[in-house]
Amino acid sequence: MRHNVLNILISSLMLPILYLLAFGYGLRAGDVEIEGHMIPYLDFVIPGIIALTSLSSSFSSTSTRMNVQRLYYRSFDEMMMCPLSNSAIIIGKTALGMFRSLLSCSLMFIIGYVLEPSYMNLTPLLVVSVVLACFTFSLLGETAALMVKSHQAMSTFSSLVITPMTFLCGTFFSVAALPGAVQGLLYALPLTEASVCIRAATLDVYPFPYWALAVLALFALAFYLINLYLIKNRKI
Amino acid sequence: MKVRRGEMYAFLGPNGAGKTTAVRVLSTLTGFDEGSVVIDGHDIVKEPREAKAAIGVIQQHISLDKDLTVWENMMSHALYQQIPKAERRKRIDQLSEYIGLGEYYNYKVDNLSGGWKKRVAIVCALVHRPKLLFLDEPTVGLDIQARRGLWDLLRKLNDDGMTIFLTTHYIEEAESLCNRVSFIEKGRIIAEGPPGELARRIGAATVEYFGPDHKTQYRHFQTRAEADEFSKTLDETHTVTVRRTNLEDAFVEMTGNKIGDNGFMLGQSGKNGMGVKKKGGM
Repeated sequence: MRHNVLNILISSLMLPILYLLAFGYGLRAGDVEIEGHMIPYLDFVIPGIIALTSLSSSFSSTSTRMNVQRLYYRSFDEMMMCPLSNSAIIIGKTALGMFRSLLSCSLMFIIGYVLEPSYMNLTPLLVVSVVLACFTFSLLGETAALMVKSHQAMSTFSSLVITPMTFLCGTFFSVAALPGAVQGLLYALPLTEASVCIRAATLDVYPFPYWALAVLALFALAFYLINLYLIKNRKI
Repeated sequence: MKVRRGEMYAFLGPNGAGKTTAVRVLSTLTGFDEGSVVIDGHDIVKEPREAKAAIGVIQQHISLDKDLTVWENMMSHALYQQIPKAERRKRIDQLSEYIGLGEYYNYKVDNLSGGWKKRVAIVCALVHRPKLLFLDEPTVGLDIQARRGLWDLLRKLNDDGMTIFLTTHYIEEAESLCNRVSFIEKGRIIAEGPPGELARRIGAATVEYFGPDHKTQYRHFQTRAEADEFSKTLDETHTVTVRRTNLEDAFVEMTGNKIGDNGFMLGQSGKNGMGVKKKGGM
């Protein structure tokens, strides 16, 4: 168990820490203006990396395990044949990925707090935003794991959906700096809302965008309903 | 198709006949377009949880979590089946003791042989005391000892009142274990009945003869006297055996499939296009 937790933490934190070193320290970009406030780039990028961690850790925790259980071990079949409700299966699998990811996000916050304590605020809205982000991306991982037909297809899904989201959705730069049409496209991806919420709650210097939290919740609902449809109609 | 309470029933057919698909549909894993499935009075679409509570399933491919130990796998199943906490350990211990699994509790499932993995799957399938047990090709990949051990276990469970539905392509397995058998081919049941009755439908006695053309041929007769009479017409270039007509004869006659001496079921047309379907693996 201890070995598993350590493995999860190392694998899920490695990439965010590398991003922190490369973008936060390596690039040494100047201040970023958000809502009329000038924020040092390192303080800007750390919440983005927490959002990114919530995506990568939740998604991979849920999708990898479910994908192996469904296509390789076939132990997912065993769960499907037990007298559990479809919702219980979805929420149970999602909760596992969510809690693992919350652990990674918490550690990322602590690292950020150690490096740059001035702008790192542990607010209730930050907790709500991170929990909802982890829940949403864990549901997305489940959607991917239920839909793909092979391990290769899962890798393709990650390359086409997760990797572009990682870089484009307001994690390393402000989406506001982009043309309107591109902004619209990026707001259609849930990591943009997660980044916006987590950054606003962490910096705590401008009003929290409740609309983004609501949109993130709608994404979670949509992924949940898709998963319910896939399991209920045995489209897996 | 109806399977009666307390019955041991088999689907017998070559690979690709639709046996596994049938079990997946009956055990709620695969959806279907038409018809209905009722298990213990519960429609599996309208009351899936009640229907699932009544069944245990042992799939052809071992579907255990290979990252977990034997104990963790069994405990997971007990949790999924919502068995009260106080009962879980007791039930697992009882079943494991009967099957002889106790000393393997802390082994990773992946480190066990096929026969032991099958035993773990059996405990998992029985932990909630189902009324109906599905087994898809239960003895494929097992050695003779393990196969006979499993047959004894199935007979005991059946004697204790459990209804058993199994698929197999071992004729001997269906004949020895089951009250009723269905021949299934290309997704359709082509004959159904007790093994003895199915055999009698084509005859009471069979002449099996091997001649200079190096082909074994079979003739079925309604009486032993007729079979003896026919055997006398064959000259000394033939090796002749007169015997009771069995389920294998009925299967070959009714389906057009052939059973080879090398342990393979030779189909009319195989899924792989080669017309060769494995009868059983050791």
